[in-house]
Amino acid sequence: MMQLTLGVIAGALVPLGAAQAAEKIKVGLMLPYTGTYASLGTAITNGFKQYVQEQGGKLGGYEVEYSVVDDESDPSKATENASKLVKRDNVDVLVGTVHSGVALAMAKVARDTKTLLIIPNAGADELTGPLCAPNVFRSSFSAWQPAYAMGKIVAERGHKNVVTVTWKYSFGEQSVAGFKEAFEKAGGKVAKELYLPFPNVEFQPFLTEIASLKPDAVFVFFAGGGAVKFVKDYDAAGLKRTIPLYGSGFLTDGTIDAMGGSGEGLLTTLHYADNLTNPKDQAFRKGYAVAYKMQPDVYAVQGYDAAQMLKTGLDALKGAKFDKDAVIKAMETAKIDSPRGAFTLSKAHNPVQDIYLRKVEGRDNKLVGVAEKALADPARGCRM
Amino acid sequence: MDFVSFLIQVLNSLQYGLLLFLVASGLTLVFGIMGIINLAHGSFYMVGAYLAFALTSMTGNLMLAIALGLPLAFVFGAILEWALFSHLYKRDHLEQVLLTYGLILIFEELRSLAVGDDVHGVTIPELFSASIPLSDNLSYPVYRLVISVVCLALAGGLYWLIQKTRLGMMIRAGSHDRDMVKALGIDINLLYRTVFALGVALAALAGMLAAPISSVYPGMGSSVLIISFVIVVIGGVGSVWGALVAALVIGFADTFGKVLLPDLAGLMVYLVMAVVLLWRPEGIFKKG
Repeated sequence: MMQLTLGVIAGALVPLGAAQAAEKIKVGLMLPYTGTYASLGTAITNGFKQYVQEQGGKLGGYEVEYSVVDDESDPSKATENASKLVKRDNVDVLVGTVHSGVALAMAKVARDTKTLLIIPNAGADELTGPLCAPNVFRSSFSAWQPAYAMGKIVAERGHKNVVTVTWKYSFGEQSVAGFKEAFEKAGGKVAKELYLPFPNVEFQPFLTEIASLKPDAVFVFFAGGGAVKFVKDYDAAGLKRTIPLYGSGFLTDGTIDAMGGSGEGLLTTLHYADNLTNPKDQAFRKGYAVAYKMQPDVYAVQGYDAAQMLKTGLDALKGAKFDKDAVIKAMETAKIDSPRGAFTLSKAHNPVQDIYLRKVEGRDNKLVGVAEKALADPARGCRM
Repeated sequence: MDFVSFLIQVLNSLQYGLLLFLVASGLTLVFGIMGIINLAHGSFYMVGAYLAFALTSMTGNLMLAIALGLPLAFVFGAILEWALFSHLYKRDHLEQVLLTYGLILIFEELRSLAVGDDVHGVTIPELFSASIPLSDNLSYPVYRLVISVVCLALAGGLYWLIQKTRLGMMIRAGSHDRDMVKALGIDINLLYRTVFALGVALAALAGMLAAPISSVYPGMGSSVLIISFVIVVIGGVGSVWGALVAALVIGFADTFGKVLLPDLAGLMVYLVMAVVLLWRPEGIFKKG
């Protein structure tokens, strides 16, 4: 209660201090609020707004005005939605989105209109690879990062011969490619890459195939319903006891409950874990729980950091009129004090961040250690 | 492929095919007898899975949940037929497609409002939670065998219902000539309502049975819908027997396609459909 009272008082005082700056900044939030990714879009929005709230409702002294669009995770509507925010609503900065296909279209609009874009989730390698641009930033990760980190871990644990399974779409393929790169560099061999069409979840034939191939370990990328089903099937087929399963963190984020125990003990890699002990994370989690009556997740962190990145840029303006180039310049060299641990941005504007090794224990992805310190995406194909 | 792997892949194929049959049989009944293209059929599968999730969390037992959920699904189907589908019999296919597509959106939205967009799991009943070891590192889950057995029993039951009972006779007659059946003094509206509700119940049952192994998640009905239409078309519209054979063909094609021709895995089912339709444009079992 004490903390809450202090928070209210602090929140009431901060605007007084910054009140002299009359400039506004228009933020266009283009995120999924319906459909499969609705909860992710909401978590990102919550995180973003939480940071703005902590700053007394302002970023770098600028009052924040939101224009919000539900992108429905539908790539066919993405260009229109993003253009609407840029041209009709005149937003200064676009923030979005979850689905990589939609984000690719947003990046195109941002490049064409030279609008500042901050991507708070979509991990397609292209966004900070061939499609990178001075005005495009990412507060999340590239598909390559967690998978690459896992490649090293799996090799270190003495596995030589691995089978990979994922959906045949770009994020899955990029994850497998990242894993393979690190794993084979460390002397391992990917014996077979198994793919099935997205969002097909009939894994049983693959499990039989894996059992007859008898690899040392299996690496997968799956998320959501597919992740739950794969892990349960893997367990039910008796493979969990004999062939260790590894994945990038999306396998067990938000899915542990539904796995009903089959996920226990799984090792995954991601740029966030449930029990980081840094003070920033503890404050963030407490604030989030108070504001939204639930626990934050990696998506909320990415939204929070998108706001932090924007603030760093705006701070450089010192209350002057919005100047995109100055904002970009300040953001590029920013050191973001994130709940995931501090990170900087690569030349391609992707976080250079620690990737954690986590283990499923009960309902949490418990921190086991750091798989890769300050891992930078290679950003192949980025010319800027 | 060694013998044990082959055997397990055969079991996998059968189980997958039989579960698809359960969904497709309802679709083909409604399509073949009432002439309705029902795009919302996959939603009934989803409704079943969510019913299983909700009722299992309430009762703590999947079998009890199915026992409760099945009549619920049947009543739900009957109400739906009364309120919406009964107005579609005389309309053309375009209007049917529009209405049933709209229903998909409505069901997804209602699901989102009622239970949210999270992924849920359903626990396999204690009784069937074991696995049978078949080789040193592979076992076959008992629950999947149970699914196969239940589906086979239902296929037999459907055959008996349609071929040997008075209701089945009326169903068969109704599919040929609606007006004649009416003229004979049979309540054709009640007959159609029963068939539709039966179709909904079958799809929901498939969803309930699949819930523990497939988990329960938004949009789960759509992939099942597409594959079910493939089965209905291959099997011959309206033929339950054809749906069974076609579902098994698809089960085997998908399973062995994934293992033997992994690069073509996504295409395999559609290749089979193309070949079958070139050979028999009306499906394997054309309705006589």
